[in-house]
Amino acid sequence: MTIKIRKFDTLIIGAGGGGLRAALQLARADAKVAVVSKVFPTRSHTVAAQGGLNAALANVSPDNWHFHMFDTVKGSDYLGDQDAIEYMCRSAPKVVYELDHFGVPFSRREDGNIYQRAFGGQSQDYGGEQASRTCAAADRTGHAILHTLYQQNIAAKTHFFDEYFAIDLIKDEEGYILGAIALEIETGEPIIIEAKTTLIATGGAGQLFRTCTNALINTGDGMAMALRAGIPLQDMEFFQFHPTGIAGKGMLITEGVRGEGGYLVNVDGERFMERYAPRAKDLASRDIVSRAIAIEIREGRGCGPDKDHVFLKVDHIGADIIKKRLPGIRDLAMTFAHIDPIESAIPVYPTAHYTMGGIPTNRQGQVVVPEMEGPEEPVPGLYAAGECACVSVHGANRLGGNSLLDILVFGRAAANHIISHLEANRYHRQMDMDSVEKSLTRLARWDKKGEGESVPELRTEFRKVMEDHCGVFREHSVLEKGLEKVKVLRQRLQNARLKDHSKIFNTARIEAMELENLMDVGIATVASALARTESRGAHSRMDYTERDDTNWLKHSLYFESGRLDYKPVRLKPITVDPFPLKPRVY
Amino acid sequence: MRFSIYRYDPEKDSKPYMQELELENTSDDMMLLGALLELKKQDESLSFRRSCQEGVCGSDSMNINGRNGLACITPLSELKEPITLRPLPGLPVVRDLIVDMTQFYQQYRSVKPYLIVHDPEPEVERKQTPEQRDKLDGLYECILCGCCSTSCPSFWWNPDKFLGPAALLQAWRFLADSRDQAEEERLKNLEGPYRLFRCHTIMSCVDVCPKGLNPTSAIGNIKNLMIKRSI
Repeated sequence: MTIKIRKFDTLIIGAGGGGLRAALQLARADAKVAVVSKVFPTRSHTVAAQGGLNAALANVSPDNWHFHMFDTVKGSDYLGDQDAIEYMCRSAPKVVYELDHFGVPFSRREDGNIYQRAFGGQSQDYGGEQASRTCAAADRTGHAILHTLYQQNIAAKTHFFDEYFAIDLIKDEEGYILGAIALEIETGEPIIIEAKTTLIATGGAGQLFRTCTNALINTGDGMAMALRAGIPLQDMEFFQFHPTGIAGKGMLITEGVRGEGGYLVNVDGERFMERYAPRAKDLASRDIVSRAIAIEIREGRGCGPDKDHVFLKVDHIGADIIKKRLPGIRDLAMTFAHIDPIESAIPVYPTAHYTMGGIPTNRQGQVVVPEMEGPEEPVPGLYAAGECACVSVHGANRLGGNSLLDILVFGRAAANHIISHLEANRYHRQMDMDSVEKSLTRLARWDKKGEGESVPELRTEFRKVMEDHCGVFREHSVLEKGLEKVKVLRQRLQNARLKDHSKIFNTARIEAMELENLMDVGIATVASALARTESRGAHSRMDYTERDDTNWLKHSLYFESGRLDYKPVRLKPITVDPFPLKPRVY
Repeated sequence: MRFSIYRYDPEKDSKPYMQELELENTSDDMMLLGALLELKKQDESLSFRRSCQEGVCGSDSMNINGRNGLACITPLSELKEPITLRPLPGLPVVRDLIVDMTQFYQQYRSVKPYLIVHDPEPEVERKQTPEQRDKLDGLYECILCGCCSTSCPSFWWNPDKFLGPAALLQAWRFLADSRDQAEEERLKNLEGPYRLFRCHTIMSCVDVCPKGLNPTSAIGNIKNLMIKRSI
C-alpha cells in the first residue's frame, strides 16, 4: 500500500502545555516543527489545571529557588532527582516571566506584579512558615496558559496536525527514532510523519482509575508507545490521588481553595488535618492529606448518609474572594455538587489525579534507558516532557503547582536540546518500513469483523480493578490479585471486536486503541507497585508501612516483557549541596 | 429516557436521518454527556467529540433541543423529551454530531489572537494593575466551543467574511489588554462591511455561551473604540 509521508525536523506528539511550549521554542528557532494531537490543541488536558504554577518570584512572601527546591525534594519523599529539581526550581521564575510576556492573563497584586497564592507543601526557609509561591490566573491557570501557548504558536506558524492519533514510534534497527505513524481521525487514513527528532508530550494516564479528575483523553498513549518501542517506564507505582475531587464524581477542586483559606472537616466538624500535620495542616502535601481523609472515612468519621466523604469548607473566606479567586470552582461545585461554596461546604474524596512515573528522561528531556554503558543512555532522536515523562522532579509525590511548571520547564529544555541536536544532525535517516508495517498490522487488527468481547465493557471492568487493587492503600495479596486480573483483561482485549468499521471519524476504533495503551500502562503500574515493599510518598503499603531507604531509595524501571529493573536516585544537585534524607513531617 | 439524534455517516448513509433511541436507568443528576456515553456503549457507531467532562475543554458542543450548549454541563433533568440532538448548525457535518470547525478556527486565527508587543522584554513581568487585569475577565475564559458563532445568523450567512462572535471576543480580549501594543493594527484588521460590522446585535451568542461570556458587549466595545479613534 502507499502511505502518505510528511517530513519535519521535529515531531511533537501531544499539544498540551509541554508540547506547545516546546513547539514554540522550536518554531521561534526556525526549526520545521509538526505537532500531532488527537484533539484540537486547546482541548488538551492542561486546560483543566486550576491552581497555578510555583516559582520563587517572592512577590508575596520572601522566597528563593533554594526553598522551592527543598520543598520539592521533601515533597518527593527523596525519590526526586536533585539535579533535575535544582534545574526546574532555578528556571521557574524565568519561565513564568516568559508566560507573562507571551500574554498569560495572570491575576495581579496591587503593585502590578503577578499574584501568588499559598499551596500545599510550600515553605519559607527550608520547612518554616507557609510560602505563597503559586502564580495564578484566578483558578483557571491551565486554561490561560494553554490558550496563550496555542496563540503564540499561531503567531510562530507551527504546523498542526489536529485530530491525528499517534499509533507508534518508528524505530530503525540501530535504535534511532525516526518519527511516528499516525491516523488521521477524520478520514481513517494512516500517515507517516518523519522527523529527525521526536518529542513525546502526551500527558498522563488518569483514566486508569474509575474515579479520576482526568479528561477522557488521558489514556497514557505516549507511555504505551514507548513501552512498545522497548523503552521502560519509570516509577509507575507512584500515582497521585488528589485529596479534593468532588465526592462520587471526581471533578477536581483545586488545592488553591485551601490555599485561599479553606479547610477540611469530618462529620464532627473537626479540622482533622491538625492531627495529621500539626504545622502545615490542610496544606500538607497531597499524599498525606489524601491518606488522612481515607483514614477519617475508614474510622467512621466520614460525612453524608453513607459516611463516604469529608467536607471542604470555604464559605468563611467571603463571597468576594471566592468570586474573584475561585470563580471556576464555584461553577463546578454548583454544576456538579449542587451547592454554592459561598454558602455551604463541598463534599470531597481523594481522587486519582496524576501520574508521577513515566518515560525516563534526563534534565535535557532526552529519553534515557539502561544500556551496556550505564543506566541512563539516551535513545537517539527521542525526547519526552511533561506528565508522560519521568525526569524525575516529582519522585514519589508531586507538589501542587509543580506540574504546570514541569511541563513548561522541560518542554522548553527539550526544545533547546533538540535545537542543538538539529544543528549537528542535518539529514533524515533512512526510513524503516518494517517498523511501519508492524504498527499497521496492529491498526488493521481492529478491522476484523465477527463476534468478540466489547471494548467498553472491558474498559469499565479494567478501571474498576485498578481502583480496587491499586488505590490509596495497597498490600501484597490485593496487588497480586490485581496484577493477575489486569493481565487477563489485557488478554481478553485481544479477542475484542468492533462493530463500527467506518473509516470516517471512527471514535470506537480510537477508544479501542486507547484502551490497549491504558492497559499496558496499568500493568506497569500494578507490577511496579507489587514489587516495591515500602511506603514512600503516594505509594502506601499496609504491609510495609515505613520508608526503606536502605533497600528502596531507587527508581523502578518496568519493561514491556514484565521485567523490572532499578536505577539509583540522583542525589547530587548541579551546583548546591544535596538535601540529606530526613523523615518527612509537615 | 427518549432521544432523537442526528445520524450521518457519509460512508454508508446517502443522507442524514434522525434516530430514535431509548436509555434506561438514567440517574437524577446525570449530565447529557453521561447519557451519550451510555448510548455509545449500546451503539458504538454513535459519534461525538468529548474530553474533560466538566465544561472547560469545549469539545462536546452540540445543538440540544434547538439550543447550542455543552453536553457535559447540561443536566438531563432540565431537558424535555425526546431530547433532540443535532450537530452545531451552519458548519459542514463530518459524521453524526461532529462538525468540521475549520472555518471557525480560521476566523479565530485571522484576528491575530496573541499579544503583540514592540518594546524590549523586561527581565521580570510586565506590570498590570488589578483594574487593568479586571478588563480581561469575561474575555480570556473562552473555550472555543463554537456555540456562539454557530448560533449567529450573521455567521451562518457569511462564515467566510464575518468573523463571528468567538473571534471578535478574542479580538477585544487583546485590544483590552494593557500590555498589548497593536491597537491600530488590530482595528484596521476589523474594518470593512463584513468582518466586524455584520454583527446585528441579535445576541444569540450571549444567550447560548456556556461560560456566560458576552461577545455582543465585546463587539460594542470594539465599535466604540473605533469611533473614539476616528474623532
